[in-house]
Amino acid sequence: MTAIIDYGVGNLFSLRSSFAAIGEDAEVTADPERIRSADRVILPGVGAFEDAARKLRESGLDEVVREEAAKGKPLLGICLGMQMLFERSYEYGEHPGLGLLKGVIRPMAGRIPENLKIPQMGWNDLKIKKESPLLKYTREGDYVYFVHSFSAVECEESLLATVEYGEEITACVGKDNVFGCQFHPEKSSNTGLQILRAFCETEGIA
Amino acid sequence: MITKRIIPCLDVKDGRVVKGVNFQNLGDVDSPVKLAKYYSDCGADELVFYDITASAEGRALFTDILTETARTVFIPLTVGGGINTTDDFDRVLKCGADKVSVNSGAIRDPSLVGKAARLYGDQCVVLSVDVKRVDGVFRIFAKGGRENTGLEAIEWVRRCVGEGAGEVVVNSMDTDGVKQGFDLELLEKVCSAVKVPVIASGGAGKIEDFITLFKTLPGVDAGLAASIFHFGEVRIADLKQEMRRNGISARI
Repeated sequence: MTAIIDYGVGNLFSLRSSFAAIGEDAEVTADPERIRSADRVILPGVGAFEDAARKLRESGLDEVVREEAAKGKPLLGICLGMQMLFERSYEYGEHPGLGLLKGVIRPMAGRIPENLKIPQMGWNDLKIKKESPLLKYTREGDYVYFVHSFSAVECEESLLATVEYGEEITACVGKDNVFGCQFHPEKSSNTGLQILRAFCETEGIA
Repeated sequence: MITKRIIPCLDVKDGRVVKGVNFQNLGDVDSPVKLAKYYSDCGADELVFYDITASAEGRALFTDILTETARTVFIPLTVGGGINTTDDFDRVLKCGADKVSVNSGAIRDPSLVGKAARLYGDQCVVLSVDVKRVDGVFRIFAKGGRENTGLEAIEWVRRCVGEGAGEVVVNSMDTDGVKQGFDLELLEKVCSAVKVPVIASGGAGKIEDFITLFKTLPGVDAGLAASIFHFGEVRIADLKQEMRRNGISARI
């Protein structure tokens, strides 16, 4: 079973539906015991970093996520959930993340040309940087759907795929059992569903 | 590279697609769920469901359909029609909508855009405007284009984006239904006024109209149309091939 962590951020309907569509058992839950007994964990998220990180902390689930990741259980952060895997974010101030991956979150504004809109909203094609079990069904050039204004930098250690948006933007990361997608696999048609399927097939670290 | 989006719009009344649709390989279709799946398979980048139901029963049917669609179609889904309060946002977001489009609701209550943006994020709030030239001035029309609000269009769009609208659908009533191309003059003005994504609507009659749109106005992010897709005048796969041939980035 895959536990989709519900900590009061964003709408989990599509994410749950996408697991149903690939025939995988998934449960939206805020119960630490359910998360601990799950085979793998999804950390979703939309909105502001500070607000989401605070909600995760206040629910006590940040510790559960850290513990489960440390045990070697596969973990996938999506969108803001991916950003929270890193050390910290500079979204309106400076806020600590979970620190599971090396790197920080910075605004795209100022880094990319003025004529490009922020947020990056729409479909962009993946450039694969490193082979990974998460991308075993994904090919160079496959399109995925983005909505974001901030992105991960200084994360070479875990970088799996990027997209071109004025500069190379971190799209997909993974190291050992911890994975992240800046885009929304649950909104990225078959490409996205295949990434979720691949995640469900990852073994984690015993 | 980010692609230009192609967005079919489905008008839904009492749970069915208005007028129905006839595709050679699909037969008569008036199920929004089936049609959404079909468009998604054909390469639509996003879908807009527009609820033109008036009754409460119809509204309940609409949310049922939305739920069913969001269970089977995994591309972004925008919902519009009858969005007057943040409760309306809540209702459709819970059923699987990703973005919510407001039109008359924002004119009636100009604080709606800001309230919704704070609750659900800018990316979720789409401002939709019906615009028509009156004595040489672009004016905002309400109630499905029946009522001239007197609001100057560009100023209204700028104001709503300032409040937190994360995207703008610009429907030109002057070009809508004429099938002679998008309203480039209006769209150019909107693109220069705001920095959020702009979706062009109204006037597409053939593939070349989309090519002209994206070539003339690089600031336009997406093209939206209804009947030309529904009646097979433009096939999305052909349109995207032609976009690529013209150097316009398209997801195929």
